[in-house]
Amino acid sequence: MSYSVKVIDHYENPRNVGSFGKEEDGVGTGMVGAPACGDVMKLQIKVNKSGVIEDAKFKTYGCGSAIASSSLVTEWVKGKTVDQALSIKNTEIAEELALPPVKIHCSILAEDAIKAAVADYKKKHGE
Amino acid sequence: MKLPIYLDYSATTPVDPRVAEKMIPYLVEKFGNPASRSHSFGWEADAAVEQAREQVAALVNADPKEIIWTSGATESNNLAIKGAAHFYAGTKGKHIITVKTEHKAVLDTVREMERQGFEATYLDVQENGLLDLEAFKAAIRPDTVLASVMFVNNEVGVIQPIAELGEICREKGIVFHVDAAQATGKVDIDLQQLKVDLMSFSAHKTYGPKGIGALYVRRKPRIRLEAQMHGGGHERGFRSGTLATHQIVGMGEAFRLAKEEMAEENKRIGALRDKLLKGLQDIEATYVNGDLTHRVAHNLNISFAYVEGESMIMAIKDLAVSSGSACTSASLEPSYVLRALGRDDELAHSSIRFSIGRFTTEEEIDYAIKLLHAKVGKLRELSPLWEMVQEGVDLSTVQWAAH
Repeated sequence: MSYSVKVIDHYENPRNVGSFGKEEDGVGTGMVGAPACGDVMKLQIKVNKSGVIEDAKFKTYGCGSAIASSSLVTEWVKGKTVDQALSIKNTEIAEELALPPVKIHCSILAEDAIKAAVADYKKKHGE
Repeated sequence: MKLPIYLDYSATTPVDPRVAEKMIPYLVEKFGNPASRSHSFGWEADAAVEQAREQVAALVNADPKEIIWTSGATESNNLAIKGAAHFYAGTKGKHIITVKTEHKAVLDTVREMERQGFEATYLDVQENGLLDLEAFKAAIRPDTVLASVMFVNNEVGVIQPIAELGEICREKGIVFHVDAAQATGKVDIDLQQLKVDLMSFSAHKTYGPKGIGALYVRRKPRIRLEAQMHGGGHERGFRSGTLATHQIVGMGEAFRLAKEEMAEENKRIGALRDKLLKGLQDIEATYVNGDLTHRVAHNLNISFAYVEGESMIMAIKDLAVSSGSACTSASLEPSYVLRALGRDDELAHSSIRFSIGRFTTEEEIDYAIKLLHAKVGKLRELSPLWEMVQEGVDLSTVQWAAH
């Protein structure tokens, strides 16, 4: 697979790798994908009192573009409110990383991961 | 040491420089058409083709008259399966037996036969990748016309029990075809002993050029085929088309070298493979795919659990290897061979095939071991599955949101 420079950069220097405690205050966790499909993404957001995502972390099992897509969204969600984060579209992720057509599902998965993390945050914080 | 290191000899091998040297004169000076009977250009090319035929036959202990030139193992498989099935369908029947772990060149050909009105049985293999003889016997029907089983599997390197299968087929009057593309120079093949009727060969897996192969067609008892390529009646009518003298000379020389050197070479390569295996086995949660005893010396297929194959290949870009991961294929499906071995999809996605060859050095294997240790660790740090397993979660109990 020939990847763009941006994919390779995120793959080789992934941003914000790691985990928050799932029960930590303000943390929302999204886990999407399945091992059988070859991709699992875990995205966590840490939301402050004013509803702004102040930190994000990820871990991904998957191909280079799955890792790059999730690394990219940890950068993008930071500084956004949870509702702004929900407006990130897979097409923007795919475009930014110049993903080849067979890898578009990686960007869809990354969008799903944001939605899942926000939903988990909202559920825990009674919104 | 030069990077990247080539560890994908099962995909293709470089042409041995000794082979290339033999080929070149047949491109430039000795360019005659072997079918030209009226002048020395033709006679010279014909002599070279016949010498190569003897060299190919010698490696597998066959009569040179039993060797038909083709463009490669894919064409040989097509000619064998279509040619024999059609020829014998009228007398014997329209049922074909093959195995789920065969190369696509066999599986897709058998699918085509199904479209043409034949019936097919695709046998499962055992967890070690080997065919169960009892299951094979049980699949035989009165109308079974042909069975096709590969000698050596291209992904996991296991060696099927060809001698035993040959006995069964001969007793039942079934034409037995064997795809030996991955076997030449790796296992001893004696067609005086093996009751194989048709056998496919490729040059480029055995240090010869791409674009040339051969089909063995047994003479005693005689096997008949319907030609698939019509024209000038070359190769006794089995396969028309002007012979590619330089390619044929290359295949002959490559097979001659294989016969001469394989015993020593397989010892050396086996030692390197065992070193690689030993060096990787101390990485936690690694699984060898396929039987280790009934296996060619060149192949090691390992799943590094919780690390996806394509990202692994990106991480070890200094090593040219292949993976059963869906992400390295166009189909987005993980390896059908590993699935047929009963490996779950996650381990199929996590598999890496190392294939070692004539020009692999010990220094390269040492480098590979060190690199893999570092990168598996790094990717597992990135893997949510690894994290869950470390926390004691049983992944099989997790409800995944499939996409």
